[in-house]
Amino acid sequence: MSLTLFNVILAVFIAICFVGANAAYLVWCERKGAGLFQRRPGPMENGPWGLLQPPVDGVKLMTKQLLIPGGVDKAIFMVAPVLAMFPALISFVTIPFSDNIVAHPIDVGVLMIFAFAALGGMSLLVAGWGSRNKYSMISSVRAVSQTVAYEIPLMITTITIVMISGSLNLSDIVQTQLGGFWSWNIWPLQKQVGFNLLMPVSFLILFVCSVAETNRAPFDLGEAESELVAGFHTEYSSMGFGLFFMGEYANIVIGACLTVILFLGGWACPVGDLGFFPFTHHVGWFLLKIYLIIFVFIWIRWTFPRTTIYGLLNLSWKYLIPISLFNLLLTAGLLKVF
Amino acid sequence: MTEPITLQQDETFVLNVGPQHPATHGVLRVKMTMDGEYIYNAETVLGYIHRMHEKMAENRTYPQYMPNMGRLDYLSAMSFNHGYALVVERACNIEVPERAEYIRVITVELNRIASHLVWLGAYVLDLGGFTPLMYCFDDREQILDLLEAVTGSRLTYCYFRFGGLYNDIDDDFITGTRAFIKRMRKELKMYAKLVTGNIILMKRLKGHGPVDQNMCQRYGATGPVARGSGINYDVRRNEPYSVYPEFDFEVPVYGEGDSYARYLVRMEEMEQSLRIIEQALDKLPDGPVNPKKKPKLIKPPPGDYYAAVETARGNFGIRMVSDGGKNAYRLKLRSPTYSNMHLFDEACRGMLIADALAFMGSLDLVIPEMDR
Amino acid sequence: MGGYFTDLFTGTKSLLDGMWVTLKEFPRRPVTLNYPHESVKMYPRFRGHIELIGDKDGKPNCIVCSMCQRACPSGCISLAGVKPEGEKKKVLSRYILDFTTCSLCGSCVESCNFNALRFSNEYNLASTRKEDFIMDLLQRLEEQNR
Repeated sequence: MSLTLFNVILAVFIAICFVGANAAYLVWCERKGAGLFQRRPGPMENGPWGLLQPPVDGVKLMTKQLLIPGGVDKAIFMVAPVLAMFPALISFVTIPFSDNIVAHPIDVGVLMIFAFAALGGMSLLVAGWGSRNKYSMISSVRAVSQTVAYEIPLMITTITIVMISGSLNLSDIVQTQLGGFWSWNIWPLQKQVGFNLLMPVSFLILFVCSVAETNRAPFDLGEAESELVAGFHTEYSSMGFGLFFMGEYANIVIGACLTVILFLGGWACPVGDLGFFPFTHHVGWFLLKIYLIIFVFIWIRWTFPRTTIYGLLNLSWKYLIPISLFNLLLTAGLLKVF
Repeated sequence: MTEPITLQQDETFVLNVGPQHPATHGVLRVKMTMDGEYIYNAETVLGYIHRMHEKMAENRTYPQYMPNMGRLDYLSAMSFNHGYALVVERACNIEVPERAEYIRVITVELNRIASHLVWLGAYVLDLGGFTPLMYCFDDREQILDLLEAVTGSRLTYCYFRFGGLYNDIDDDFITGTRAFIKRMRKELKMYAKLVTGNIILMKRLKGHGPVDQNMCQRYGATGPVARGSGINYDVRRNEPYSVYPEFDFEVPVYGEGDSYARYLVRMEEMEQSLRIIEQALDKLPDGPVNPKKKPKLIKPPPGDYYAAVETARGNFGIRMVSDGGKNAYRLKLRSPTYSNMHLFDEACRGMLIADALAFMGSLDLVIPEMDR
Repeated sequence: MGGYFTDLFTGTKSLLDGMWVTLKEFPRRPVTLNYPHESVKMYPRFRGHIELIGDKDGKPNCIVCSMCQRACPSGCISLAGVKPEGEKKKVLSRYILDFTTCSLCGSCVESCNFNALRFSNEYNLASTRKEDFIMDLLQRLEEQNR
C-alpha cells in the first residue's frame, strides 16, 4: 500500500517535471515548426536555435503581475487554471511509457483518463464563468459543447479497441499489439477480428477527436483569437495564463499518448521481437511515436483555418459518431465470428 | 443554416467589438447586440482616426496634397494617387505622355495585387489560419521591393505627378516584374490548393454573408463586393481612364453574393492584373515620362471636376471644385470601403459572431480610408 | 446520401492537399533576413529623410531660395541665411528639419533647382526623445565632411 502511494507521488513528481519540460519545449517546437512552415526561421535569438527561449519565457511569465480584474468571482477565477493543469498531471500516472515504466497500472486506466479529461473541459467553463467577460463567457460555452460533442466518438472508438484487447488497462492494450507494426490496431488485418477496413478510419476519428479535445486549431473555438480575443483566458495574466498554457500542452501529450497506445502499439518496437534488435520494449519508441503525433498536431495547426461551432458539431454528429458507432457494431460482430 | 431560431430582443446583451479587436484590423468599433452567439443588431461606429483629409485639401496647394492620398488607403496608395492625378490633369488639361500612362498602369496593377495579397492573408488569419498570411507577405515583399526600387518608398508611394511620374522605370524593374509574374502564377496555384479548395474554408464561406444586388445598390457598394453579387461594374471597363481600353482583361463577376463569391472575385482579379501587367510590359513605348509643357503653378480654372478610378476595394471618386486659386475650394473623396462597410449593419443580422467577422473580412475594410 | 460520401471524400482530399503544401515548405530555407545581424541594401532611390549636398569645399550648395520650405506640405523645414559683408549671395546659416512631421514625400527635393538637397539612405531611426528628430542638417553636413 505504502509503496504504491510512494509510487504515485513519485510519478506525479516526475510527471510534473516531464509535463513542465514538455510544455516549455513543445512551445519551442511549435514556434520553430510554425516558423519553418511559414518560410521563416522561428525563435533563434536566445541560445543556439533559440533553445533558451522557453526558460526565458518562463521567467517572464512568473515575474509578471498576476492581475485580478475587478468584479470577478475570485475563488472560481483562481481555481480554474489549477483545474486546467491538474487532471493532465494525474492522467500521466496510468500511462505506460514502457513495459516496466508505469506509475500505477490501473485496471480501468482508459476510464480514468477520460474522467480527468472531462474535468479539463470543466476548467474552461469555470474560467469563462469566473472571468466576468463576455468574450470569455461565449468561449467557455463553446468549449463545453465542443467537449460534449467530441467525447462521444472518442469514447466509442476507444470502446472498439477495448473490445479487441479485452482490457481497460493501458499496459494490456499495448501487450496485445506486440510483434511488429503489422499487428498494431491501426491496420485492418487483426488476429482478433480478421479483416476490418474501418480500423484506419477509426484511428483518424480518434486523432481528430484528440485534436478537438485539446482545443487546438482547427478546432480552437474556445480561444478563437480573431473572434473572441483570447477566449476563456482573456483575463488571465502571469502564471494564471501560464498554467492554462501548460495544461494545454500537457493535454496534447496525453492525447498523443492515448493515440499511440490505442492504435500505434505504444512502446512496442515497429519491427517486432526479431531478436537482433535490443530495444524492443523501449521508452524511446514510445517517445518517438508521441512526438511524431505531436508534429502532426503542429503541422495541422499551421495549415488549416478554424472551423465554426456548427461546422464542428456537424462533423461530429454527422460523420464521426455514425462511423465510429458503425465500426463498434462491426467489430463486435467480427469478434463473434472469429 | 444560420437562422433556425427567432431572436429575442429582451434576452440580449451588448458585445463591444473593437475599437481594439483582432478582427477589425484597425480602429473600427462594432456595437453588437447579441442573443447568445447570434447577432440581433449591430451598429458600426467609426471616426476613430478621422484626420480631416478633405479639409486639408482646402489649405494646401495641389502638389502639396498629393502625399495625403497615400495615407488614405495605405494598401493601394498607388490607385489613390492615380485618382487625384487624374482629376487635376482633367482640370488643368495636362497631357500625359504615353509611356507614363503605361507605367502608371503597371504600378497600379502591381499595387492591386499587393493589396489583394494582404487581404487574402489577413482574411485567412481572421478565419484562424496563420500560414497563408506569411506566404502572402512573402509574395507581397517581391512587389514592394520592385516598387521601392522605382519609387523609393514601400507603402506611401506618392509616385505620380500631374502629367507624369516622379521618375522613369529601369530595366531591372522590367525584368524583375516579368520574373514576379512567373512566380506569382505558380503561387496562385499554391493558394488555390492551400486556401481556396480547403473544405473548412468553403464550409465557412459558401452561403454565408449574403449581399444581394439590391443591397449593393442601396448602399453604393462597389468593387469586389458588388462584383461578388453579380453586378458587372468595374471603373476600368465602364468608365475607362488612362490606357485601360488597350488591354485585354476580364472583369470577374460571380452571382452568388456570398463571402466565397467575393473571395473568388479577388483571387481572379489577381490573375487578371497579372495579365494586364504582362500586356503593358509588352507594349511599353519609349519616350519621356513627363510632359514637355506643364504649368509651373497648378491653378485649375474655376469649375467642378470629377474623376474615378478602380482601386483594389472599389470605386474611388474625387470631386474637386476649384475657384481658380492655388488650393482646391472643396474636395470630396468618395472612398470605396466607406460604402462597402455600411452593408455590415444590415447584412449581419441573425448571423453567428464567427460568421459575422468572416463576413466583415470579406468586405476588405481599410479603416484609415473610411475615416479619412 | 451520395453527397454525404463525396463530401467526405473531397473534404479529406482538400485537407491533405493543403497539408502537402505546407509540408513542402517545411524543409526549405527561410526567406527572411536575420534583421539586426544582417540588413538589406537600400535602393539608391530610397527616400529617407533629406540631407544637404555640399560642394567640393564642404560648403552647402544651398542658396537660401526657400523653395523647399514653400513646397513642404507639412511645414517641417525652416531655414535662414545671412548675407556676409561684401558678398552678393546669401549663405545658409541654419537648416532645421522637423522630422516628426515629415511625411517623406520628397516635394522639397523636387522643388530644389540648385542640387542642394537629396535623400539620405538612413532608415534606422529610433529614439525615445522627440528632440532627436529635430535635425540640424547643416551640422549633419559638417559631420559628413569630417
